[in-house]
Amino acid sequence: MSERERDEHSGIETTGHEWDGIKELDNPLPRWWLWVFYGSVAWAIVYWVLMPAWPGLTGYTKGLRGHSDRAGVAQELTKLDAVRGAQGARLKSVSLQQIEQDPELQAFALQVGQSVFGDNCATCHGAGGAGAKGYPNLRDDVWLYGGTLDDIHRTIQVGIRSGHPQARGETVMPAFGRDRMLDQAQVQDLTEYVVALSGRKADTAAVGRATQTFADQCASCHGAGGQGDLTKGAPSLTDAEWLYGSDRDSIREQIWNGRNGVMPTWEARFSPETIKALSVYIHANAGGGEEEVAAIGGATAR
Amino acid sequence: MTQAVATRDEASLDTIVLYTVTGLLALGSILATAFSPDPSFRFHGYVMIAGFVTAFCVMSVGIGSGRFRSDPSRYSDGVVRAGVIATMFWAIAGLAAGVVAAAQLAWPNVFYFPDAGWLNFGRLRPLHTSAVIFAFGGNALIATSFYVVQRTCKARLAGGAWPWFVFWGYQLFIVLAATGYLAGITQSKEYAEPEWYVDLWLTVVWVAYLLVFLGTIWKRKEPHIYVANWFYLAFIVTIALLHVVNNLAMPVGLLEAKSYSAFAGVQDALTQWWYGHNAVGFFLTAGFLAMMYYFVPKRAERPVYSYRLSIVHFWSLIFIYIWAGPHHLHFTALPQWTQTLGMTFSVMLWMPSWGGMINGLMTLSGAWDKIRTDPVIRMMVVAIAFYGMATFEGPLMSVRAVNALSHYTDWTIGHVHSGALGWNGFITFACIYCLVPWLWKKERLWSNTLVEWHFWIATTGVLLYISSMWVSGIMEGLMWREYTPQGYLANAFVETVAAKHIPNIIRTLGGLMFLVGALIMSYNLWRTIRMPSTAKAELESPIAAAPAPVAIAAE
Repeated sequence: MSERERDEHSGIETTGHEWDGIKELDNPLPRWWLWVFYGSVAWAIVYWVLMPAWPGLTGYTKGLRGHSDRAGVAQELTKLDAVRGAQGARLKSVSLQQIEQDPELQAFALQVGQSVFGDNCATCHGAGGAGAKGYPNLRDDVWLYGGTLDDIHRTIQVGIRSGHPQARGETVMPAFGRDRMLDQAQVQDLTEYVVALSGRKADTAAVGRATQTFADQCASCHGAGGQGDLTKGAPSLTDAEWLYGSDRDSIREQIWNGRNGVMPTWEARFSPETIKALSVYIHANAGGGEEEVAAIGGATAR
Repeated sequence: MTQAVATRDEASLDTIVLYTVTGLLALGSILATAFSPDPSFRFHGYVMIAGFVTAFCVMSVGIGSGRFRSDPSRYSDGVVRAGVIATMFWAIAGLAAGVVAAAQLAWPNVFYFPDAGWLNFGRLRPLHTSAVIFAFGGNALIATSFYVVQRTCKARLAGGAWPWFVFWGYQLFIVLAATGYLAGITQSKEYAEPEWYVDLWLTVVWVAYLLVFLGTIWKRKEPHIYVANWFYLAFIVTIALLHVVNNLAMPVGLLEAKSYSAFAGVQDALTQWWYGHNAVGFFLTAGFLAMMYYFVPKRAERPVYSYRLSIVHFWSLIFIYIWAGPHHLHFTALPQWTQTLGMTFSVMLWMPSWGGMINGLMTLSGAWDKIRTDPVIRMMVVAIAFYGMATFEGPLMSVRAVNALSHYTDWTIGHVHSGALGWNGFITFACIYCLVPWLWKKERLWSNTLVEWHFWIATTGVLLYISSMWVSGIMEGLMWREYTPQGYLANAFVETVAAKHIPNIIRTLGGLMFLVGALIMSYNLWRTIRMPSTAKAELESPIAAAPAPVAIAAE
């Protein structure tokens, strides 16, 4: 063995093999490498002794520290109740109106509501609740399914066309064009009629032609004057609020395709007190002037 | 590819078998497509018909004109050349997909194509990951393994025409996988998205690959098996095992694309991450260490630092890696004891991983000056350094306390890319810079200056990428865990997304720079291939001939 070739540069012996010109030196394992390796193995063994680690036929080794993620989570939840304290507990028992009447409890509910809103509602309604095309603005005075505390609470709880047995969505907007209830010209005329209803300039001839169609097809939900019925989700066509857009193309498309928005039910996801807090938060944000909104939603607007 | 001088007049048995198999596959794919009621399956059926019928026609012409005869006294390098070209092609495709996906995260409104659903982030992201790992990385591994196993065994590739089946079969797998992602045909398992019939096809190709590799080792004319081949073999065997087990599934019908996994719930999750983590371990670590073990000593013209270290770190790496998967599922429904094992084995994996780094870097002792003179050596050194960094960061992130912060954040993305861009990308680029002059019989690369440019642009890109992801990942993790005094989340998720805007732009820039580096490289390689050859008549090297001199001289 002592006859093996030595590397000129390092003076270390090679192993005596060669592959396509590649040789190997016979250097020992670096000491520091070996000791750190042993150290990490020793650390692992200590960890196994202390913590849940190895499975057996019936269960697993629990470890000397008796640590358990499940128990840890349960503890954290108990602590959370303590942190939320009296306010958190009161939220469970009092009514929506009582929350609004108690400034301290209302402030607490607003905090809860803001946190929940940001991670759940903002996806569609926007971080500030201003909505988007097809997703209602929650900061104005117009409420398709009612804007009282109880209405908002109910909408969050059961949703709209959500599949929940008590879901809202009493009215359905038909697809007049797509389902061939009206032809292209009729839809065109009706569009002008709707434009005229909201007080804008429209083609008077078309409006005249559409008068009967509106009375036959639309008035049952939107009312003879187009003022709608906001308790049933039938929008007013006379104001400046348009869920799917106010220009002629948008109105025509809504008459043609009749989109019916869906809002999920949150009953299964949120606790009753969370839904309460969220209702208070949304109710507080809505309808008010700019100043009030900014004060309440200050953190959201960050 | 022009084949070597004919030694036999008739087509050999392996060619006839391959020809028959291809014909049957062409027929089978036509019938399956014709009778399938599923449009997704038919779409892939057409891709398969195109592949198999083309292959059958090419073989018909090829066998007739004698192009499939091979010269047993020479290495079979045509398939390696094809592999090098495919590697660079898929590198550009995969990196470009990554840059687009990154831009979609940075400017979601600009790079949003509602009319082209197949360009959505959800489709492009798996396209990017699979293209860089399996198409770019996989072709690099197959090509270099075919080169290295022949040289270190002094034997021509076993199986005659079958290495070509492995090459083209693998390309077909890539095309089926990629078109599947874009068309939404997926079994929704990360890094294992292709559906059951694509999985079966890959299994066939992979077994052929294993047999070619083993057959070549079997007929070696060296008494011992070189360390690079241990790593290649561990990669091939383990990937076969991982792939088959994780993809066990029941198709809805024999002519339907959809299938259901054999696993459900937390068992499914654990199997998936046993697969996913060991794809990192055996594809991106073991396979690329094999490349390092041949090309670094070869390029540096120095012996491997320590034979003993290579044995110890090989076996410890192989034994420990396979346990580490559960660290992907910390704080989930996975039982805590399983998480403990995943974490502790990940920490024990630290030194076995670093054994490869030590052996790679210390091989350069006696040749350190080459870092200054040879940009390809410098690329190798940086690759090994990134390997060392990523294999330290990995165990660190597997510790539950650290993982509680890092999990699901951009930190993970940064970690993956320091490994993928820094280690896998750079070591592959360095190997290909070595291989192209050797394979095409050139004295040197066309331009060393362009290699310098590639090196610096890409290195800066990687650093921008990973540092922006560290910043954004840690910021995001801290924002997620911030509570109000009342115990409610302080930040909405969308606020954490908005906060990442600038890091997302920097990461897009970093990725773009890495892509630009690869484009510069492709141009340089193309000009190298077009340079006059040193040996005009014979492209194929005779077996056991001295290899072409290492090209270092600047232009």
